[in-house]
Parts: sequence; structure tokens; C-alpha cells
Amino acid sequence: MAKKETIEVEGVVVESLPNAMFRVELPTGHKVLAHISGKMRVNYIRILPGDRVLIELSPYDLNRGRITYRFK
Amino acid sequence: MGIIIKSDEEIALMREAGRITAKVLNTVTASVKAGVRTEELDTVAEKETRLYGAKPSFKGYRGYPANICVSVNDEIVHGIPDKRVLKEGDIVSIDFGVIYKGFQGDCARTVGVGVITSEAKNLIETTRGALKAGIAAAKAGTRLGDISAAIEEYAESRGYSVVREYTGHGIGRQMHEDPQVPNTTKSVLGLIKGTGPVLKKGMTLALEPMINIGGWETKVDDNMWTVRTRDGSLSAHFEDTIAITDSEPEVLTSA
Repeated sequence: MAKKETIEVEGVVVESLPNAMFRVELPTGHKVLAHISGKMRVNYIRILPGDRVLIELSPYDLNRGRITYRFK
Repeated sequence: MGIIIKSDEEIALMREAGRITAKVLNTVTASVKAGVRTEELDTVAEKETRLYGAKPSFKGYRGYPANICVSVNDEIVHGIPDKRVLKEGDIVSIDFGVIYKGFQGDCARTVGVGVITSEAKNLIETTRGALKAGIAAAKAGTRLGDISAAIEEYAESRGYSVVREYTGHGIGRQMHEDPQVPNTTKSVLGLIKGTGPVLKKGMTLALEPMINIGGWETKVDDNMWTVRTRDGSLSAHFEDTIAITDSEPEVLTSA
């Protein structure tokens, strides 16, 4: 059974901003503003510019996202 | 995210689930002929599955009301079986899955009813080929986006378009696991060649290109399930559950 697409993309952190926000560049060159998911905050996973991350985008606002995973 | 790697023992169970899925689906597609109601195909699938001691997995999944999806002509996926009677010249996509010993198999085929146009025949062959191309790209060490690119390249180079809003998926104890497997590289939604998670031995994926003769855009019926092409053009759908190995990928849904 086909799965309805939820928008999840891989990107690279280009800039760290205040309030645990980051600017993430997608493979398409598109830059989005992303915050970090609650679970990652609890586990104190640190994210630095240059890290590869997985972000979830809202179909309603493709300029904002949520970082759900940092690749090692 | 969490792509679940299966052990050899788990893959062995998935092979059994896959084999049952494919065998049942073969029986269902063999029952496709003019004059048959799509709900009769649903009954065939249910009875046949019980013979193998397995359970159809679609019924009740997010409220889906039937054992199979039957998508006719411009319907892409998630068509609900009902009193509709198949007629000569229709093309019918049947999507089906089972749960066996805790593991899922998921598989789809498109077949023609009696004599179909060469246009429809080419669409079906292209979709089958696109799935094959995707499977061939699914080797350990390559990336998920290589599968998406292979499928898209195969279909678009032949003049067809690829549905973008629905994807393949990881599969195992759940029908839908991570990752989602896009069939396209286009827009923010797709995965470009060379990007996405690296494929590793023990990953199990359901690849499922949905290919249209016309445009890639879709719409959903009022029943909230049936997805069809926005321009009314014909659509076909093939799906296999595969396991990534150290050499060639293994198709688990082979009868």
C-alpha cells in the first residue's frame, strides 16, 4: 500500500541561530529555518554548522522545519 | 531516523510473508476478467490468504475498509473494492499485503482485462520496468536517492510521468516503516541521486512506482481513499518487497 508523502529531507546545517534555531540547506539549494525536535533537546544532542541532519517540513510552510535527526 | 535492520532470521520470516503475498496476488490477478465485480476479487484474496494461515494487512489500516486495493484505469492507488463490474479493455492495479508470523509482505501488479490498447500495454510494461530498474539500483553501499532516480529515469525517458505525492516505504513488522522511498527526484519532496540514507544489508523496502500516461498530478475522491490522475489519464502500479543484501537485492514477494 502506497504511503502518503510526509516531507522529510536531508540537509546540511549552515548557520546556528539563537533559541536553538538553525539554517539548513537542502540538496536542492533551498534554505530553511529549522528548530530542533523536543526529543533531541532532552538528549542534549548538539548540532553544529556542517552537520548533516534530517528535517521534517510542513507542507504549509516549506521555509520552516524541524530537525529530527543528526547523522554521525 | 530509525531504519530497522533485519537479522537473517527475520528476513527468512519476511520471505515467507512475501511469498504468501505474491501467491495470493497471483490468484487474484488470475481472477480478473470482464464481468467480475471488484468486491469479488477482495473475497478471493481473503479466502486465499486464510489458506496459508496468514492475515490480510490492509483491512483496518488507518480505517481502510477492504483486504485489497483495486484501482481501475485512471485510479492510481487505494481504490476500494465495490460492486463495480470490470469490463474488457480496463486496466486494473491490485495492491495487497499480508501479516505472517509478525511480518508484513506488500506487493502490487497491474493487469489488463481481456484485450487492451497498445497504449495501455506499454504503460503497464513501463511501470513493471521502472520497478525492475529501482530494484536493480537497490544495492548495499548506494543511497536511497539512487533508487528514486533510477525509477524516474526509466519512466520519464519513455515519456511517462511519475506520481510524486505517494511513495514506497520501509517494511517489516509494520507495513509502513522508515524510510519513505520516493519515486521522484523532483521538488523538495524527492530524493536526488547520491543523497538519502546509505543502503545496508538487512534493510527491507517496498518499492512501488506509480506511473501515469499524462501528468503526475493527483486528486483524491470524496471517499478520502481513492487516488486518481488529475487529468484522467491511465495509471499503473507495480510493487515488490525487497531485502538489501551484500550482493544483488532479493525480491521477497516472489511466488
